[in-house]
Amino acid sequence: MTAAVSLQQVSRHFGLVKAMDAVDLEVAAGEFFAMLGPSGSGKTTCLRLIAGFEQPTAGQIRIFGEAVEGVPPYRRNVNTVFQDYALFPHMNVRDNVAFSLMLRKLPKAARHRAAEEALEMVRLSGYGDRRPGQLSGGQRQRVALARAIVNKPKVLLLDEPLGALDLKLRESMQDELKALQKSLGITFIFVTHDQGEALSMADRVAVFNDGRVQQIGTPEEIYRRPQSRFVADFVGSSNVLDPEFVYWILGEKRWASLRPEAIHVMAAGSGNSLSRMTGTIVSKSYLGPVVRLLIDLNGTKLHASVPSTEQLPGEGEKVTLGFAKDALHIMESGA
Amino acid sequence: MSMTADAGAILPGRGGVFGALSDLFWRKPKLLVFLMILPAVLWLGIVYVGSLLALLLQSFFSIDDFSGLIVHEFTLKTYAELFRAQNLDIIIRTVAMATAVTIASAIVAFPIAYWAARYARGHWKAVFYLGIMLPLWASYLVKIYAWKLILAREGILNWIFEQLHITFLLDWWLALPVIGGNSLSISYTGTFLVFLYVWMPYMILPIQAAIERVPVNLLDASADLGATPRQTFWKVIFPLALPGIIAGSIFTFSLTLGDYIIPQIVGNSQFFIGQAVYAHQGTAGNIPLAAAFTVVPILIMGFYLWGARHAGAFDAL
Repeated sequence: MTAAVSLQQVSRHFGLVKAMDAVDLEVAAGEFFAMLGPSGSGKTTCLRLIAGFEQPTAGQIRIFGEAVEGVPPYRRNVNTVFQDYALFPHMNVRDNVAFSLMLRKLPKAARHRAAEEALEMVRLSGYGDRRPGQLSGGQRQRVALARAIVNKPKVLLLDEPLGALDLKLRESMQDELKALQKSLGITFIFVTHDQGEALSMADRVAVFNDGRVQQIGTPEEIYRRPQSRFVADFVGSSNVLDPEFVYWILGEKRWASLRPEAIHVMAAGSGNSLSRMTGTIVSKSYLGPVVRLLIDLNGTKLHASVPSTEQLPGEGEKVTLGFAKDALHIMESGA
Repeated sequence: MSMTADAGAILPGRGGVFGALSDLFWRKPKLLVFLMILPAVLWLGIVYVGSLLALLLQSFFSIDDFSGLIVHEFTLKTYAELFRAQNLDIIIRTVAMATAVTIASAIVAFPIAYWAARYARGHWKAVFYLGIMLPLWASYLVKIYAWKLILAREGILNWIFEQLHITFLLDWWLALPVIGGNSLSISYTGTFLVFLYVWMPYMILPIQAAIERVPVNLLDASADLGATPRQTFWKVIFPLALPGIIAGSIFTFSLTLGDYIIPQIVGNSQFFIGQAVYAHQGTAGNIPLAAAFTVVPILIMGFYLWGARHAGAFDAL
């Protein structure tokens, strides 16, 4: 099967800045694909290259098998939901949604019908006559979504689509986006810096850093088996353990990652577990369901995440920690 | 540590008249605003609008044909005068000129404004502003006389046409009825060119400001949704720049309607509204008719703005 989008050795340089450097990527048709990374990691540039707003310095991009070199955005059957929505302020919601249909000279009645259908899909029916300026952030986001799907594109690109929404709205939109993607069957590629969002929504995730793809895999693979220090740290804030520390436990000089929730914390001297160690609680933050601890273990700082129902000693007190040996994940590199 | 320990939760007042005033203005910010705008309101409201109303009042008086004295009685006779063939000619000529100047300056200004808003950065931006503003610092009269020399039969424009061996084009143009004439400097074409030049900055700047306010991602979004650059221009850029074009056209249109110096120096000797006002309130001593002439541009601008509003020109504001 041909990939919906494939990038082969694609680079985009701005002068000396390598926004993207030799990126290989393949997105399957019908997939919900996330591009995750900190700002400036090249993920948005990657999206803009697929949309056609920018041209690669080197490499080849194919959309459903067709090379798109030199093809302008208006000839690509790909639509984008912009980070700040980019709704046309001089048009009402209906005309915004029907913009692409108007360009294709569809009769007025037909395009109004299609726009109303798209608005219904994002649960905004009846808002057609409003102006974008009269809508809340969440509603604008839905209009942008309706405008991008009204044409049934082959690929839908979403640039930080939920970035400007508050937490509660973001969570409900995550579910809605997922459901929408399932019902439309369109390939979704979305860019985010929020690892929780990427893990919860995507079928597969590509982690970007410094213009390169660090790792591609399912959310579980990315989370449980990070291949590099960056991925371990950025996705799920894993503890990165240096070879000395790992040697002490496993007798092997390798870099390893350890997820905070894999660490068991007990009051000093109690319980029994495999590799037992004693450390000091440096700080303690209450996050609702869990308590996040920073523990000093003979100079090595470890983050631990403990259910808040557990009784824990206070800051500065000694604790015993333990974790199963197989919770340690050996990494390719410490970089 | 000791410094903060000494101070209480409330710091001592500054004291004096200014300290008291600061506290007062902080508590009543509207009072400060009121005091600040008061001089401007007095000037605009009383001196400016007041004298304008006094002038308009004059237009409802008439002049006694025999004595030449002003009759201070309400009448529409003076307005009826405006519809006499010779006066109507002046109005039509002026409105036609203002319309032509406005349309032409919008067409010429748009690409410059677009370049300045979208592409000019750093030094080029400075060059743009300097290029627009520099002519405004020079004397208006000097510029017009300079144009008279450029457009004269012995002027540089004629010389250029000669060097290029296309004088026949110029002759053909000058032979056209109405807009032609003996030379460019004594034709409507010449008047038009000078108007176009003199008011151009007033058209460029508002359009540039309007285009600058259009977020670039709207253009991306338009292309993304399938619009060719041409469609993006007409469906997105132009509607969003329209308030700027309207703002610019208010300047070019009303300034042309009221100007009386340019047509006097460059052009044939036919009157424009401004010249008519000048002549009637001066040598002819017919202040009522001069006032009535003054009302014409005000009415035209009123209708123009009303029409623009109805056409949705300000929807993007």
